[in-house]
Amino acid sequence: MNRIFVIARNAFREAVRDRVLYNLVVFVLLITASAVFLGELTAGHEARTIVNLGLSAMLVFGAFIAIFVGVSLVSKEIEKRTVYAVFSKPVGRGEFIIGKYLGLCLTLLVNVLIMGGGVSLALLYVGGYELAFSIWGSIALVFFELTILTAVAILFSSFSSPALSALLTFLIFIIGHFSASLRDFAENLGSGAAKVFFNAIYYVLPNLSHFSFITNAANGEAPPVSMLGGAFAYALVYAAILLSLTILVFSRRNFK
Amino acid sequence: MSYIVEIENLTKDYEVGFWKKKKVRALDGLNLKVESNQIFGFLGGNGAGKTTTIKILMSLIFPTEGGAKILGEDITDVKMHASIGYCPENPYFYDYLTARELMNYFGELFGLDSAERKRRTEELLTKVGLDEKDWNKQLRKFSKGMQQRVGLAQSLINDPKIVFLDEPMSGLDPIGRREIRELIAELREQGKTVFMSTHILSDIEALCDNVAILRKGKLAATGKLDDLLTRGGERQIFEINVKGVSKERLQTLIADVPTAEIYAKPNGANIHVQDESDIEAVLRIIKPSGGKLVSIQPVKQSLEELFAKETG
Ligand SMILES: Nc1ncnc2c1ncn2[C@@H]1O[C@H](COP(=O)(O)OP(=O)(O)OP(=O)(O)O)[C@@H](O)[C@H]1O
Ligand SMILES: [Mg+2]
Repeated sequence: MNRIFVIARNAFREAVRDRVLYNLVVFVLLITASAVFLGELTAGHEARTIVNLGLSAMLVFGAFIAIFVGVSLVSKEIEKRTVYAVFSKPVGRGEFIIGKYLGLCLTLLVNVLIMGGGVSLALLYVGGYELAFSIWGSIALVFFELTILTAVAILFSSFSSPALSALLTFLIFIIGHFSASLRDFAENLGSGAAKVFFNAIYYVLPNLSHFSFITNAANGEAPPVSMLGGAFAYALVYAAILLSLTILVFSRRNFK
Repeated sequence: MSYIVEIENLTKDYEVGFWKKKKVRALDGLNLKVESNQIFGFLGGNGAGKTTTIKILMSLIFPTEGGAKILGEDITDVKMHASIGYCPENPYFYDYLTARELMNYFGELFGLDSAERKRRTEELLTKVGLDEKDWNKQLRKFSKGMQQRVGLAQSLINDPKIVFLDEPMSGLDPIGRREIRELIAELREQGKTVFMSTHILSDIEALCDNVAILRKGKLAATGKLDDLLTRGGERQIFEINVKGVSKERLQTLIADVPTAEIYAKPNGANIHVQDESDIEAVLRIIKPSGGKLVSIQPVKQSLEELFAKETG
């Protein structure tokens, strides 16, 4: 257990030193600019716009990190042969995967927290005092979604190239948001192989609509506790299944 | 007798080509037993299978057939890694860490406490001859030889019972080689076992107690280095080194010792005989001739010859 945390901390240090958190600078500039300028254009709606823009950017920036850092998290270590020394220590392959995964989740958490802080400050600045607090439930949902995406990226990268893994993870991110339409589509097909196929996709792919609350958040709503709890449990179980598959593949891997 | 490393019928096929259909046999039924508290040389030409063997021992790749034990434990049991060390061939480490941070990180993976990590880090980085001013530099700024030194230092962070070194001298300058040679010799003094692969004949001669020579994934020879070298030819040759008498003069005197061959050298000569009883005969002749005996020794096949024969 202790080794998992040691590996996670090192993965976090790696992300920081590789300047992953620099995206925050861009984000802060974006939010500051919108707080100052957008308000004048859309009088009365500035707080809403900041929430919409801020949380969407948080999701998109986070997704980028989850995908691009996630697919190279393990493959880079194999390619650069840094795994050789690590696995000659008493480190299991599973411990390594879980540690690396938690390290990236920690990076994403820090990223999301700082961004959330930025959005809150911007809201306070434009006078959206209630929103500055009510958005944090939605921020948690964004983070849960990113933990699923990271697990998807690691799973793909355990058996395919980083570029292909990034593409596939991106597709899952997109499809995952239209999961409900996928099911409706399957229902409308009536019967037959196509219906089974689309239903299967619906059940296998992550249903990311469980985590979408940005529009509601802009209207001042906070996600109910049951939704937060459900989303948390869903992310936990889904990520655990993907990580188990990853470990299964990774444990048989020859490092050549 | 229990062995610290036991390799049984180890076979490895690498799958190559786009569909991984073609197979390259890198190791072919290797059997090997290594006793503890010695420096064991694992020799063989390029592509003989040394790195492949060591990587299997470290569970980095998996054997196609056969298996191995280290310290009596099966290699699939990573708990045993707590008491072993490994320095890969041309090692590469996290380039965003400093040498000190890397050592500390690996120490943490072994569960060492922080005082111990600090003490061992400083001791080992000094021992491998890494300048103190480089300890806090990121590894991306390290030269090949410096990486190699860090590699050796990290392989000893847990004070292992046995350490596997894959070409430990590669990339080192002459002084570095001497330092690492001393370090390896010191490990044996401490009662540890060193399992090292190398091509450098002078290192083998200076360090190794026993060796195994690999050829195309098979064991070509194994045993005490001295035995392998003297076993050389079928007959044992002795060299009698004398001074103060010329080759020409000796030639006439020793005419009745048929196996003797005489080679001139400055101020004297070397006489090779093929039988211990002939040594007596030669000595009886030298004394009255005014020559002086310098030394008598068995002629060893040179390591280079052995290497060429067994790996060729
Ligand atoms: N990743 C790989 N894929 C395919 N073949 C490989 C791979 N690694 C090694 N081989 C082959 O396996 C054989 C043994 O290679 P290995 O690296 O074990 O040799 P070595 O004894 O360490 O050589 P060297 O002295 O050059 O380091 C060689 O024929 C090599 O071509
Ligand atoms: Mg090699």
